[in-house]
Amino acid sequence: MTVSYENSKIIFDGIKAAGIRTVSALPETWLGLLLQRAEDDPELELIQVAKEEEAIGVAAGAYFAGEPHLLLMQNHGFLAAINGIVSLAQLYSIPLCMLIALRGHWGEPYAWHTRGGIVTEGVLRALAIPFEYARDPDKVATQIRDAYTFSESSLSPVALLLTRDLMED
Amino acid sequence: MERAQCLELLYPELQDKLVVTIMGACAQELYDLGHRENFFYLQHAMGLASSIGLGLALHLPEERVVVLDGDGSVLMNLGTLTTLARYRPRNLLHIIFDNESLLSTGGFDSQTTSGITNLAAIARGAGIQHVATAGTLMEFGEAALEALERDDLSVIVAKVDAVGPDLYGMDLQLPENAFRFRRHILDRKRA
Repeated sequence: MTVSYENSKIIFDGIKAAGIRTVSALPETWLGLLLQRAEDDPELELIQVAKEEEAIGVAAGAYFAGEPHLLLMQNHGFLAAINGIVSLAQLYSIPLCMLIALRGHWGEPYAWHTRGGIVTEGVLRALAIPFEYARDPDKVATQIRDAYTFSESSLSPVALLLTRDLMED
Repeated sequence: MERAQCLELLYPELQDKLVVTIMGACAQELYDLGHRENFFYLQHAMGLASSIGLGLALHLPEERVVVLDGDGSVLMNLGTLTTLARYRPRNLLHIIFDNESLLSTGGFDSQTTSGITNLAAIARGAGIQHVATAGTLMEFGEAALEALERDDLSVIVAKVDAVGPDLYGMDLQLPENAFRFRRHILDRKRA
């Protein structure tokens, strides 16, 4: 299994088409090709954090600055960022548009990813974070745009889960 | 030296800066000096004040950003110092009031108590070029003025007494603070 070059490009183009100017991220395998593109593209600024919870703060700063921002992280990073999501974003009504690599789900061969994959949807529901699964390369650009639009209108975190179907060849 | 004295000294300089504070005593003491639309009080999410400051500084290169942080909060997000060093926003001043105590949650010792952990050394080790320490009000004032005149990322670790205000309370709801802070910034961008 390799990370899909073609679909990484489609997602990257979708992020740009949604009007996003800066992205905060912590690298992970499925996001690697996307982040490389972001690094190489002068129109998109990439801010790499040391831990995902920092990105919640960076995203809040971008929102206060009125700059369209998106967060890229693995689901385990989402789990590590929860206090920031709850006690900064949700408490202060700050939107977050999160693209989350859903590791440890259907077809996962690696044991270490599985527990986080199993609980991700339940945690999103518990936090009342609206989410959708991205499986189809033909739809993902629209899903990114819609996620961003909804996060801004609802002043809420919103999650788009990037699945194995989309991210691997 | 008390944090409230530092804030009082700094207050005139904060009129035109974007200011992010941590929760509790630090937020209250700034508020008590007089709330301004350019102040954002992070009343929870410990550790993220500096990350918000980084997000502001990187997205608003024309503004100057001041983060008023504390030892307990920084200890919860030490990685932030490495991210600040990596992106080195030249318009960010990160002030860490180190009272060697988790004052706002009961006055328990922190890892910096009795100088066990040295936050200034951690900031330098993270790669931040301009790190000052202040033990007196005079040192704090000089370090702050130098940092505000410098066109580079600066950190000041100010050793302060573990004391806070007697009374807590703000006439400001949390989302209201966020909405007004953002509107203020957008108005400044348009001006």
